[in-house]
Amino acid sequence: MTHINIASLEVGQEIGSREFHLTRDSLVKYAGASGDFNPIHYRDDFAQAVGLPGVLAHGMLTMGVAVQVAVDWVGDAGKVVDYGVRFTKPVLVDAADGAIVTVTGKIGEINADAGEVRIDLTAVFADTTVLGKAQARVRL
Amino acid sequence: MVNPNVEGKKYPATEPYLVGREKIREFARAVMSTNPVNTDVFAAQAAGYTDVVAPPTFAVVIQERSLAGVLADPEADIDFSRVVHGDQRFVHNRPIVAGDELVSELSVAKVASLGAHSMITFETRILDAKGEHVCTAISTLVVRGD
Repeated sequence: MTHINIASLEVGQEIGSREFHLTRDSLVKYAGASGDFNPIHYRDDFAQAVGLPGVLAHGMLTMGVAVQVAVDWVGDAGKVVDYGVRFTKPVLVDAADGAIVTVTGKIGEINADAGEVRIDLTAVFADTTVLGKAQARVRL
Repeated sequence: MVNPNVEGKKYPATEPYLVGREKIREFARAVMSTNPVNTDVFAAQAAGYTDVVAPPTFAVVIQERSLAGVLADPEADIDFSRVVHGDQRFVHNRPIVAGDELVSELSVAKVASLGAHSMITFETRILDAKGEHVCTAISTLVVRGD
């Protein structure tokens, strides 16, 4: 378990970064785990029929992996008390190569009285930010 | 277009959902968690929990069950094939752990139009078997117009 001294933190400080390789297998696993079986997340023909370029990752999968950077840092998934994102761009998952989503976390705000910090997450796929205002409030 | 009159509408509470240890482990693997409290009972107990802890976005599983009721509601008139997820937030009073029996109460917080598109925001209050608040999931769906 990580022990973080809140007094030692600074706004803007990077807390970690992780690269997530999302493949079609990842999407099928997430569909089963979450119960979201929308075929746009596993069938190219269906995705194209509704006007998409191809199979997309579930926004909730991108959201779910992105917060792992904050979880890894604080060392306890139960300490993320508030987490929200906007889904701004889709993550297109190639059948052969998948997609690489790179997530970086920074300290956005420090509330020493409450013992909480806000982690601002940036998720990038193909040089584009795919989540907007991705913020996790973490209790230390 | 989503019927604006459903703003403020409350939907009946869902049947209790029993959070299973393996379900949490499965979800944790799917979101690529490496955090032991998600999968290892001893690590979770060492951190002060009764059992393995759900990842921060697990409440979507419960929210999904509530949403199914709205999507099936003819009054709301939501064409699911045109739905795009706009935003999502989870505010936890405490983490979800294996063994929890959860019910959810969904209400429509807001219906808005944005050009030809409709935006509908739901608030799902998730309660444990004692009726205590565990988490509120807030979700906005964008329904694409013609």
